[in-house]
Amino acid sequence: MIRSVPRSRLFDGVYLAYLLAFFVYLALPLVVTAVFAFNDSPFPSLPWQGFTLDWYLAGGEGGRTGLFHDDGLLSALWVSAKIAFWVTLGSVSLGCVNAVLFERLEFRGKELLYLLMLLPLVIPGVILGVSILVFYSGMANDVSRLWGLELDIFRPGLTLLVMGQVAFITTLATLVIAARLRKFDRQLEEAALNLGATPLVAWFTVTFPWLLPSVLGAAAMAFLMSFENFNTTVMLTGSDTPLTVALFNRLREGSTPVLNAVALFLMLVSALLALTTLRQKR
Amino acid sequence: MNASAGRLSLWLLLTPFLLWITLLVLVPHLQMLRVSFQVRESWDTLAWGLEQYQNFFRESYYWRTFLRTGVMSLFTTFLTLLVAFPIAWYIARLARGRAKGLLFLACLIPFWASELVRTYGWMILLRESGVFSAWLQALGWADGPVEMLYNDVAVIIGLVYNGLLFMVVPLVTTLDGLDENLVEAGYDLGGGHLTVLREVVVPWAMPGIVSGCIVVFMLTLGSYLTPNLMGGKDSAWFTEQIFTQFITRFNWEQGAALGVLLLFLSSLIVWLGLKLSGQSLRKVMG
Repeated sequence: MIRSVPRSRLFDGVYLAYLLAFFVYLALPLVVTAVFAFNDSPFPSLPWQGFTLDWYLAGGEGGRTGLFHDDGLLSALWVSAKIAFWVTLGSVSLGCVNAVLFERLEFRGKELLYLLMLLPLVIPGVILGVSILVFYSGMANDVSRLWGLELDIFRPGLTLLVMGQVAFITTLATLVIAARLRKFDRQLEEAALNLGATPLVAWFTVTFPWLLPSVLGAAAMAFLMSFENFNTTVMLTGSDTPLTVALFNRLREGSTPVLNAVALFLMLVSALLALTTLRQKR
Repeated sequence: MNASAGRLSLWLLLTPFLLWITLLVLVPHLQMLRVSFQVRESWDTLAWGLEQYQNFFRESYYWRTFLRTGVMSLFTTFLTLLVAFPIAWYIARLARGRAKGLLFLACLIPFWASELVRTYGWMILLRESGVFSAWLQALGWADGPVEMLYNDVAVIIGLVYNGLLFMVVPLVTTLDGLDENLVEAGYDLGGGHLTVLREVVVPWAMPGIVSGCIVVFMLTLGSYLTPNLMGGKDSAWFTEQIFTQFITRFNWEQGAALGVLLLFLSSLIVWLGLKLSGQSLRKVMG
């Protein structure tokens, strides 16, 4: 079934119908979520009652609290942003170092270490969260019991959340950056060294600028993955609830159009982030 | 660069990697394994034992859910491959120019929303007061509200939806590199569509198929939101039992044992998939 092999009209028709159905399937859940963020009804369901911005702007009048006045959701948004910032910083820096390590240096046991680097990809997110909880929180419990010292930093909370997410996002950042480093022409760097640059200067003036698009791409990906993660996050959440966990708790109490408003807001932010990195690449 | 400077830079780059992989991945998992072999005798004394694993085999609820989760994850992965392959083929081989890029981007768009948002979207569509139910009634095809949520079919629809991107992207990447002369040669030598697909296309796409299947299987097996929010009373997922042990019952020993079992199942199936298809983890993932 390639372009040069003749196809029947019927086959083409069926194929196109399938493509169309596929893209409808992809778009439908997101479209309805977005549309009901503006429905003037306390429930996100048909019939359509008219357009409203209440689910963003209402400040408690008529029993409606919009997203921008909902302190619980806004503080959860802020918690998620903080976590995502630190996760991005940590996993992208580690990713840069790992990429240079595996693409540029030769050492004994490299194959084995590379497989270890890939390992987090084949561990379910729940298990990553559980293992970090058991190790660090268990350690904090033991220390508290044996010596009466409180290691609050290792209790469920922001630090553990950042650690749990860095554990697997680093692998993805490494793969993105290493793929770009592999395409780099090393002669450029050698030219810089021949012209008298020190290795560090050559790295920052020649190699790093070449890597920059992939570093930015990895950063956008890391930020989104951290922001949207649930499975690892829910195991490590302390008193400060990140947005996905807060939304999940709300959803179990029953759905309101405020959830749709948050969902649409998140989609727009992600789309914006994705578009800027796409533009960077060109 | 002289030898000692080389060694120094190696250690400078190796240290962050080693810290990350040992402190965040290896040691926590070993500790989880250790805790799973502990039995709590009183609030502060622990003994070694296999009690957590015995519980798993004794309570049929545990191992039934375990098997169900494994089988449904395999089925979902296979279904995702079937749904994604024609799409990937169209994007890689039949679409031209701008259409190719646009269709590929369209495949990525749903994944700008998180799993929670996607699941929520499906809930709005499928539930009793949902959009499909309202449409059916408006068309006169149903007399009252129709409940389409809270069953296994709904869970599988949601899981396939979550996995699609991770199947389409590796498939498009490998199919893009397929030499069309090979396909033509297959037809010229008298092969039908199925023969060419089986003998030429699938062997060529194998790295992409394996990589997509591994990622989708891992995601499905480890997913929590979709089965929890879209499944019914009887469609428990194994991850839910791990959550219950840790979050509701504070029984870390039992939870750790269940976690080890899930990790074992996923590693086993990934390993089998690689062996049966003759691929290596480095080739399909790196």
